[in-house]
Amino acid sequence: MTTPTGATTDGDTSRPGSTSDLADNASADAPADPGFRGLSPGKLMWRRFLRDRTGVVSACVVLFFVLVAILAPVISMIYGKDPQTHYGQNDPTLLTDSGLPVAPNGGMSGDFWFGLEPGLGRDVMMQLVYGIRTSLIIAVATSLLTTVIGVALGIAAGYLGGKADFFIGRVIDVLMSFPSQIFLIATMPVVTSLLVTPGEKIPEWLPFVAVTIVLSLLGWMGLARILRGTALALREREFIEAAKVTGAGPMRIIFKEILPNLWTPILVQATLALPAFVTAEAGLSYLGVGVSEPVPDWGRMIAGAADYLRTDVTFLLFPGIAMVIFVLAFNLLGDSVRDAFDPKANR
Amino acid sequence: MLRFLVRRSLGALVILVIVSMVTYALFFAIPADPARLYCGKTCSPENLALIKHDMGFDKSWPVQYWDWLSAIFTGNSYNGVNCSAPCFGYSFDKKELVGSILADRFPTTLSLTIGSAVIFLLFGIGTGMLAAHKQGKALDKIASSASLVVSSMQIYVAGPLALVALCYSTDLLDLPNYVPITEDPVGWFTGLLVPWIVLSLIWTANYTRMTRSSMVEQLSEDYVRTARAKGMSGTSVFMRYAWRGAMGTIVTVFGIDLGVLLGGAIITETTFSLHGLGELAIHSFRDSDLSLLVGVTVVAATLIVFFNIIVDAAYALIDPRIRLA
Repeated sequence: MTTPTGATTDGDTSRPGSTSDLADNASADAPADPGFRGLSPGKLMWRRFLRDRTGVVSACVVLFFVLVAILAPVISMIYGKDPQTHYGQNDPTLLTDSGLPVAPNGGMSGDFWFGLEPGLGRDVMMQLVYGIRTSLIIAVATSLLTTVIGVALGIAAGYLGGKADFFIGRVIDVLMSFPSQIFLIATMPVVTSLLVTPGEKIPEWLPFVAVTIVLSLLGWMGLARILRGTALALREREFIEAAKVTGAGPMRIIFKEILPNLWTPILVQATLALPAFVTAEAGLSYLGVGVSEPVPDWGRMIAGAADYLRTDVTFLLFPGIAMVIFVLAFNLLGDSVRDAFDPKANR
Repeated sequence: MLRFLVRRSLGALVILVIVSMVTYALFFAIPADPARLYCGKTCSPENLALIKHDMGFDKSWPVQYWDWLSAIFTGNSYNGVNCSAPCFGYSFDKKELVGSILADRFPTTLSLTIGSAVIFLLFGIGTGMLAAHKQGKALDKIASSASLVVSSMQIYVAGPLALVALCYSTDLLDLPNYVPITEDPVGWFTGLLVPWIVLSLIWTANYTRMTRSSMVEQLSEDYVRTARAKGMSGTSVFMRYAWRGAMGTIVTVFGIDLGVLLGGAIITETTFSLHGLGELAIHSFRDSDLSLLVGVTVVAATLIVFFNIIVDAAYALIDPRIRLA
């Protein structure tokens, strides 16, 4: 049996998003000689990951996006613009009477690198930079929440079995039969109205929380199903039996014996789920039911660009391309994390 | 087989009842007041009460739900409009029976789904098999990386881009528009071509990846090696052994995808302004049209559940080792 503690700590630190840990691990790993010293599964995984060039490159791209999101206020300060000011309306020379930027290519210039938003005349680059924040905050929060729900219910169903398994299984069956897109749309106002009383001023955190809750409601079943299967198989293993014989309670068995063995599927699923939540969040705001003004959001930028497709495609290109790169890098990273954890998996 | 179908259908009915009930409950948690919307801004309290009574909104939601459910079997009449069983309710917003609105919208979604399914099955499976055949060669690498990039695209990015590239700036293809195939087959085809291309592009990428990986998996199985060792030709091994093994996965995923797609591709239909079920769903939601929203949701859920059963049955036909219990 592998050492569970090693897997736990290392699995934790290599989670995408924790930037300092990536650097720490790299420097700590470099001087280790490739001799006959025993390596923890986490270290082995980390070495395999470093050898995967695609994985490292995509991790760097993801890291770049995360850094941009964290440093958004700093970028805003250096660049000298913020996402809310209506530059185009304040300066009549920037926008034409019909609201389109005067300069070609969406108003790209030395002042406004990625151009100006038609109509309101906000700075596209700042919208884009702060938009990463919106989608990353929601996607990370949703991934964490769905992971917690999925782990709890998956282990409960698999380890406890019996009635709990039956009940959780049926809940999953029903939720899987829900037409998810329609339900995402229909639950948005419900969640919003549960969080604030009508007529009250909508606080700034509300759209984030509402979208996170809605996406989480229908996002945990996949992980729960996988973990249920794994927990079911683990329950019959000797080391669980040994723990039982020595008098360990169910809580101890779940947290000390089963959970450490599930870190690999949990981490892999979470990495693969994150980009899916990024696109789902943008999809909701594209349809006009997600995060609303004035919070910058990629999905809404893309929806807004649709009105100007005939005149200027630039407004679509920036958020569109940024989104594709972001999602692609995350998907590649997810694949690499899976390969690093499970090199035998044949794809 | 028959016992399996009966048992699963009963289970499906329970799920559908739960789904429709949850939709009802959800709607009553929304702060919108459909009667007030329907009544307009200058609305006297008496009028409002009358409309509420006509629409049935003066009853509690379980009672309304029961009315809705029993109307499916016994029929009902709304504002003098007779609705015979199976009756799925009446849209006060559109002043039409929900059943006829759904029947009106479904062909658009069906056409969109069939057209793109043909394209993505053909190209997705074809490319995936080619890539698996040339595993590790240049063709495989190109196909694999291209499908990876494309599958990271989203309809709301690819759709507008395709509109610009194919319609607005070049006039290569017709603007998306739905004409029934019975009226104008050519117009039906050209009007749906751009949505088909965009929708199938992303699905093609997914099916390429899936076909390739399950083919590669099958090709490394022992029975494939045995078949090769006994001197069978490469093509027969590939088609008759590996492909048959890989088909199970593809049929399963395709069945589930088909159910989801037929329930309405909301983003695709919104992007191309096609009036299918998905677009209907989002509009009925915006107009607080409960009966219509429940109708669309139940249709979409029925399709998902139905295709799940079909998939399980089909799986048993493809793979004789599986017994339906």
